[in-house]
Amino acid sequence: MKVFFKVVLVLAVMLSFAQVEAAQTINGAGATFPYPVYGAWAFDYEKVTGVKLNYQSIGSGGGVRQITERTVDFGASDDPSQPDQLQKEKLFQFPAVIGGVVPVANLEGIKAGQLKLDSNTICKIFLGEIKIWNDDSIKKMNPGLKFPQGEITVVYRSDGSGTTAIYTHYLSETCPAWKEKVGEGKSVKYPVGIGGKGNEGVANYVKRTKNSIGYVEFAYAQQNKLGYAQLKNKAGNFVEPSFASFEDAAETGDFDAKKDFYLWLTNAPGKNSWPIAGATFILLAKEKTDSNKNVVKFYDWAFKNGDNKAKELIYVPLPKGLKDKIRAYWKANGLQ
Amino acid sequence: MATTSKKNPVDTIFSFVTGAASFTVIVLIIAILYELVHESAPAIARFGIWKFLSSTDWNPVKESFGALTNIYGTILTTVLSLLMAIPVAIGIAVFVTEISPNFLKGPIGVAIELLAAIPSIIYGMWGLFTLSPIMSGYVEPFLKAIFEDVPVVGILFQGTPMGIDILTASIILSIMIIPFTASISRDSFNLTPAVVKESAYALGTTRWEVVRDIVIPYSKLGVFGGVVLSLGRALGETMAVAFVLGNNHRITTSLFDAAATITVTLANEFAEADNDIYLSSLFYLALVLFVMSFITLAIAKFFLLKAERKYSR
Repeated sequence: MKVFFKVVLVLAVMLSFAQVEAAQTINGAGATFPYPVYGAWAFDYEKVTGVKLNYQSIGSGGGVRQITERTVDFGASDDPSQPDQLQKEKLFQFPAVIGGVVPVANLEGIKAGQLKLDSNTICKIFLGEIKIWNDDSIKKMNPGLKFPQGEITVVYRSDGSGTTAIYTHYLSETCPAWKEKVGEGKSVKYPVGIGGKGNEGVANYVKRTKNSIGYVEFAYAQQNKLGYAQLKNKAGNFVEPSFASFEDAAETGDFDAKKDFYLWLTNAPGKNSWPIAGATFILLAKEKTDSNKNVVKFYDWAFKNGDNKAKELIYVPLPKGLKDKIRAYWKANGLQ
Repeated sequence: MATTSKKNPVDTIFSFVTGAASFTVIVLIIAILYELVHESAPAIARFGIWKFLSSTDWNPVKESFGALTNIYGTILTTVLSLLMAIPVAIGIAVFVTEISPNFLKGPIGVAIELLAAIPSIIYGMWGLFTLSPIMSGYVEPFLKAIFEDVPVVGILFQGTPMGIDILTASIILSIMIIPFTASISRDSFNLTPAVVKESAYALGTTRWEVVRDIVIPYSKLGVFGGVVLSLGRALGETMAVAFVLGNNHRITTSLFDAAATITVTLANEFAEADNDIYLSSLFYLALVLFVMSFITLAIAKFFLLKAERKYSR
């Protein structure tokens, strides 16, 4: 009987802790891409307010499913949901942070930022139509560069990911042949190449394979010192991937609160816009007023105090104008 | 044993608890099977059984799914890894049971068990960062230079050696299944009656002849069971393979090509599968693997039981 009482006591203590924790925890799940920055923000936020954020990076698809089934306080997705979809599932949506996808190549004798490409050549390379770096269309764009002999190896993401969604959205938007043959999505059927698992897998393969080209999140291109390319944007300028060019894309992107900010940032019209940028989004359940207020409080705090932390981790904070729009959206929907 | 008929309350509780624990396993298996069938029902309805198993199309954008590339990759890597693992494993077992001096048996046994205890994700990381560069830098160019121009065999060695391919994945898999095959073979070899072996030695046979004509015939059922058991393990291996196989949904003939296995596809695509038919197709794929593993395991059990019955008399 003594044992029995001990067990009851232990259970009671555990339960009481669980309740205390539940009152001060925000639960979220979704995209893996923003996980490091949400984690860093959550750490600081807990120090200031005592409120804990528990974020599980299970993938965008999982994030959307979890919030649709109302098992978490918020879902996160790299893949914006259409307004009618949100209406149907009774969800709110707003962007939280911006990232960019960068084509990276491993070419002997060519430094990061020297290679210039446009959407058409990238599209043809990934379709397998351009097979060598010495192709005329590439040489014409890069008059000063000497390309190595040998076939191009295409490296893509083998796992489903928001990175692939943004990248293939860009290709579909700018290249009709891609749209027709492959299409866009978090996993697509690539006609040529090898697949690496995760950003780190792709970065590793590109680093190791001569004459290869792949695509990774900006942070991975920087950390692995990969040879990123300049891209020709919609305005016709060649731009390098950088905080400035991502921010420019975000500023010129027409985020509309009426459409729940549904927007792809690819092929943005700005003069200095990086063409393959994308926002990652937060999804809230409309009827969960109390927990929504907690989530919004967290992101409001992060918008105010988290920009430097985000930049440290090589994420692009939202431009000020967009933050104001989001705050107005929160107010209009009674979230703040 | 008369006391058991007098029901002691502790005894009753004890038998109830243990019985419940065992029964849970059966319930779990049935529940998993039910869940797999239930979740894959939309995909089964849409693609049918034969069409799903025979289609090579795996295209999430067009929502068209077929399992053949995955099944092909699974079977190919499994068979290749078995081909590499079995000779080594049997060699280990022969050495440990027949040849090795006693003081070496312990360390070798422990080493094999340690090999089995390494988590598969570590094999995966090691494969990606260590083995794969060695493969693409040295082993594969070497194989390519020798075999590429040989007719028929040459087909296996076409393409650029990238180190992320069927060959690398199979090698990692073979390292992972060696402990299983080796330890089951060792146990089977130990079942050979000592009297028979000693008689053979008395007749002047060599060690090689004893192993070939007495130990192996005596234990072949057990060894075969062990092989099939490791086949089951190879079928289900995920993380180690996911890192070095490339997840390429195409049927390829070269060992230097990337491929996909069922488990790798599940691990790679499950988290981001956002439409219902995609998710359902992944469950369907899991169901296919479940059935495959079940059959393999049933075969293994059949042979192991047969072996036990034959020699434990």
